[in-house]
Amino acid sequence: MKLLASGNEAVAMAALDCGVTLGCGYPGTPSSEILDEFSKLGGSAEWAPNEKCALEVAIGAAYTGVRALATMKHVGLNVAADPFFTIAYSGTPGGLVVISADDPGMASSQNEQDNRRYAVSAGVPMFEPADSQECYDFLCAAFELADKFRSPVLFRMTTRVCHSQCIVERRFAGKPMAEKAASFTRDPKSNVMVPAFAKLAHKRLRADLAAMQKINEAGEFFSVVNGSADLGIITSGISYQHVLDAAPEVSVFKIGMTYPLPIEAIRKFAAGVKRCLIVEEGDSFLYEQIMAAGIAVENKPEAFRFGELNVSRVRKLIAGDLTPEPAGAPGKPPQLCPGCPHRKTFEVLRDLGCIVSGDIGCYTLGVMPPFNAIDSCVCMGASVTVGLGMRHTLPESEARKVVSVIGDSTFLHTGINGIVEMVYNRPATGHVVLILDNRITAMTGCQENPATGRKLDHTPAYAVSLENIVKGIGVDNCDVIDTTLETEKFAELLKTRLASNDCSVIIARRPCILAMAKMAKMGKN
Amino acid sequence: MSKVTNIIAAGLGGQGVLKITDILADVIFRAGLDVKKSEVHGMSQRGGSVSSEVRFGDKVNSPMVPAGEGDILVVLDISQLEVARPVLKADGILITPEDVPTDKLSNPKALNVMLLGALSAKLPEFPEELFIAALQKAFPEKLHEANEAMFKLGRNQ
Repeated sequence: MKLLASGNEAVAMAALDCGVTLGCGYPGTPSSEILDEFSKLGGSAEWAPNEKCALEVAIGAAYTGVRALATMKHVGLNVAADPFFTIAYSGTPGGLVVISADDPGMASSQNEQDNRRYAVSAGVPMFEPADSQECYDFLCAAFELADKFRSPVLFRMTTRVCHSQCIVERRFAGKPMAEKAASFTRDPKSNVMVPAFAKLAHKRLRADLAAMQKINEAGEFFSVVNGSADLGIITSGISYQHVLDAAPEVSVFKIGMTYPLPIEAIRKFAAGVKRCLIVEEGDSFLYEQIMAAGIAVENKPEAFRFGELNVSRVRKLIAGDLTPEPAGAPGKPPQLCPGCPHRKTFEVLRDLGCIVSGDIGCYTLGVMPPFNAIDSCVCMGASVTVGLGMRHTLPESEARKVVSVIGDSTFLHTGINGIVEMVYNRPATGHVVLILDNRITAMTGCQENPATGRKLDHTPAYAVSLENIVKGIGVDNCDVIDTTLETEKFAELLKTRLASNDCSVIIARRPCILAMAKMAKMGKN
Repeated sequence: MSKVTNIIAAGLGGQGVLKITDILADVIFRAGLDVKKSEVHGMSQRGGSVSSEVRFGDKVNSPMVPAGEGDILVVLDISQLEVARPVLKADGILITPEDVPTDKLSNPKALNVMLLGALSAKLPEFPEELFIAALQKAFPEKLHEANEAMFKLGRNQ
C-alpha cells in the first residue's frame, strides 16, 4: 500500500505495524503529530506530564516484554536524559525506541542542539531517517535491533524529515505484527542498576555496541552511490537528499544507522575517492568520529554549522564558497492571536513595569511588541526558579518587580518543583508566580494535558487541579482570575501581591480561542 | 537528472496555504508521479508567514525548492510577495490574488481554493477531474459545491 505521508505519520504507521503496545510522549514541535497519528490509527498512546515521565512509563512497559515508544523534541531528551543514560545499561526485554525530533534552524525551538551526541554519550544505537519511507523502514529495523540486544534505540529525526510528505510504501499494512503479551520475569541482575550490577551492565553495553557495529558494517543500513572518484561525500539524514540534487555526479556514502558507525566501510569508501567531504547539518558529529578512526576527511566550513542545510547551501559547502548567504526579506513574525487570553495579562505586566521571568509556550510571544513584557526564557519550567534567583539577589526595589509567568502545561511539566523551591527557600520579598491557564497545550497544536480533563484521544480523564497543587505545597495565596474580563481587578491584585512579602500564585484562567474552536469542531465543549 | 517541477505557496497563518499544497500533492500522487511536499509548522498558526513547497517529477530528492528555482509561486497575501519572491526563477510564473476575481468570492476564506484553480490552469498535465476529486476529499461535504464554483472561477480566468 502506497500513500503520501509525513515522516511523523510514517513513524506512527510503522509503530502500529510493528506491534507497539504503548506510545508515550510530551508534545513538542516537530514531534507532536506522531502520537496523535498513532492514536488515530488505533494505537494506545498517552501524553505524559513531561518527557522524563513519558520515557519512564515506556521503560516500564518494555520491562514487561512488549514494544514501547517514547516521543519528544530534542530539548525533551534533556529532561529525559536521566532515565535514558541508565536504561542504556540495563536495557529492557521488550523493544524500546526513543524518538528525538531535532530542530536545526530553530523553526520552533530555543536552541538547535544536535542530539546525535546523546547516542555516543549514553551508548545507545541510533538511526537517522532521510525521508518518510526510511521513517517507516528504519523504525521497524530499530525495534528488531532493540529486541536482539535488549537495548533502547535512539531514532533521530529532524524538522524537515518529520514534516515533509513523501510517498511511502507501508509494506506491513494490514498484516501488523501481533503485539506480544505482557508478563514480568524477575531479573534483578539485568534490571536493578545498583553498582555491582551496573558494572557488569556497562561491560555488556560496550560489547553489544561492538556487535552492533559489525551488523552495521554488513551494509543493510548504508548505501553507496558510485559516481566520480574525484569527490566522495559522506552524509546522513535530510542532508543526503540535498547532496543528490546539489552534486548528482559525485560518489556518496549515505549512512542510515549513524551510531555505532560502519567505520570500516567508510574507510574503504574514503580510500576510493580523491577528496572526501562530510556533509551534515548541525554539529560535526560524523566528522569527529571518522577523523578519530584515522580516516582523513574534510569537514564543512563553520558557517554551515548554523541552521538547516538546503540544496543551495550544500552547493556552496561543496565549492568552499564562503561568501555571505543572502538574508532574504524578513517574513511576518508570529504573534499572540487576536482574542488570545494572554494579551490582557501582558498589557498589565508591561504597564506595571514588571521584570518578567518567562517560560516556553505561546506566551513567550509576550516578548514581541506591543507587549515587550518577557525578560528571560530558558527552558521548560525555568520561569519559576529563574525568577526566584533574581528575587534572592536583586536590591529590594527591583526584586519586588519580579514575576514568573508559566503556562498550565509547562507548570505541570517542570514548574511544580519551582513552587516547592519557592516556599522552602523563600526570598525576603516573597515572590509572585502567574500561571497562564488557557486549559490546553496550545503552542504545539492544542494537545491535552493532565489539567484539561481529557486524555490524548480527547476522552474524559481526571482533571488535575492547579489550585490544589500549589495550595498543597503551601503557598501563602492562590487566586484565580480571568484577566480579560477583570483586567483592572487583576492589576490591583498583582500590585497588592508584589507589595507584600508573600509567596503568591495567581492563576489567570481563560481558555485558548484556538482550542475552543477545535473542541467545538470535535463536539467536546 | 530528470526534470523536477517546483511550486511554492506563500501567505499568512490561517489563510489555508498548506491546504493548497496538500491538494496539489494529492493530485500529483494520484497521477502516479514522485512528489514531495515541505513546510515548517509550529509558530505559523499565530498569524506569521507561512510557505509550503511541492516538488514533482520522475524522481524527487530534496523536499525543499532551491532559491531561484521555483517554477510557479502562488501568493495568498500580497505582503508575502517580497518574502517569497527569491525562490521563483527569473521566468517563473507568479499567481497573486490580483489574477483571480476576488470580488466573486463566496467567502474570504475560499481565496486559497480560487488560487488553486488558477494554479491548476498552469499545470495542464493534470486533468481538472483529478483536482476536483482531491479538492472534495480535502473539505467536508457541505463546502463541496461552493468550493468547486470558486475553483472553476480561478481556473477559467
